[in-house]
Amino acid sequence: MRTDELVALLARAGAAPGAGAVGRRYAAALGWGAFGATLLMALTQGVRPDLGDAARLPMFWIKLAFPAAVAGAALLAAVRLSRPGVALRRAPLLLAAPVLALWALAAAALAGAPAASREAMVLGHTASVCPWNIALMSVPTFVLALWAMHGLAPTRPVVSGAASGLLGGAVGALAYALHCPEMDAPFLAVWYVAGMLIPTAVGALVGPYVLRW
Amino acid sequence: MDIRDRAHAAETRLREALVRGLAGDGAAYHAFLKDLSAHLRAYFRRRLAGLPDDVEDLVQESLLAVHNKRHTYDPDQPLTAWVHAIAHYKMVDLLRRRAQRESLHDPLDDDLDVLAASAHDAGDARRDLAKLLERLPERQRLPIVHVKIHGLSVVEAARASGMSESAVKVGVHRGLKSLAALIRSGG
Repeated sequence: MRTDELVALLARAGAAPGAGAVGRRYAAALGWGAFGATLLMALTQGVRPDLGDAARLPMFWIKLAFPAAVAGAALLAAVRLSRPGVALRRAPLLLAAPVLALWALAAAALAGAPAASREAMVLGHTASVCPWNIALMSVPTFVLALWAMHGLAPTRPVVSGAASGLLGGAVGALAYALHCPEMDAPFLAVWYVAGMLIPTAVGALVGPYVLRW
Repeated sequence: MDIRDRAHAAETRLREALVRGLAGDGAAYHAFLKDLSAHLRAYFRRRLAGLPDDVEDLVQESLLAVHNKRHTYDPDQPLTAWVHAIAHYKMVDLLRRRAQRESLHDPLDDDLDVLAASAHDAGDARRDLAKLLERLPERQRLPIVHVKIHGLSVVEAARASGMSESAVKVGVHRGLKSLAALIRSGG
């Protein structure tokens, strides 16, 4: 087909695509993903029975605020990566901020604790399952974020896949925090971060295959 | 005008046409695509001096991508950056596909390879259109393939497909309309 014929064909198809497609896709991915993660948490783990008491402790809110902040930064990065020619700008910085804040909090908690109890603060009781559970809860948002991105136009597939995975991981951690009984910053600083990194790594690996267009 | 002024003028002109096109102005959108194809051709020619056969295929692939991904353009964003990222992505994609394919070949076949790879790439570039064409009924698909892709006259196409001349003409017309509808619905 000659190029001017293709141009005529495309012009006849019409230009108006319906505004706000990027926002709509991510809103759907995030909404259904968060719903799916919460459902998975409730069905496989169960909400922690002492939720009402825990909600009175600041640590409980830090445990929610940390993944929420990571999710916000990952969403910003994913939206920017979905538009060709848009730079990430401050998204990596916004992503690093909550992690560094949590690590600072963990370091302060460890420094102020007697040496004998430090190991317990890092390992808690659930270190061996926590990252895997977060990875499991990440699946709905992770898959939907890849779907959202696939319908847009990511030009950097590895980073874009990683951002989808991180968004899934952060939403997964947010849902898992409603079950998780651990209340020490050092535990979160290691195992929550590890849990979010699992889908992030998977995303970086699958991005080049599933995000082609 | 130096090169910076020219680029700036093109950015303003193309952007205005696209924004008007996205608001529903079909003529502006047509002008945008036409203008853009010339810019894309120059862009790929500069970068693929050794591969002249690929230039037009990449122009068409990029135009199709610009059209199919037009919902990712943010009017606050420089159009040049958006188009450049799409064109660059399509070019890297083509080169990577070729590198993968060539790494599978026996080096002894090098001479043949050059020809085989080039023919194959032309096929790839029309892949999206070919997929859409497959969904048309035969009485529309054959006339389009004969007349629009192989460049036969209506008389020749009628002889090749065993259809009457008027059926070929109607087939081309309706086929283009159906293709446009398929593209509009995102394939």
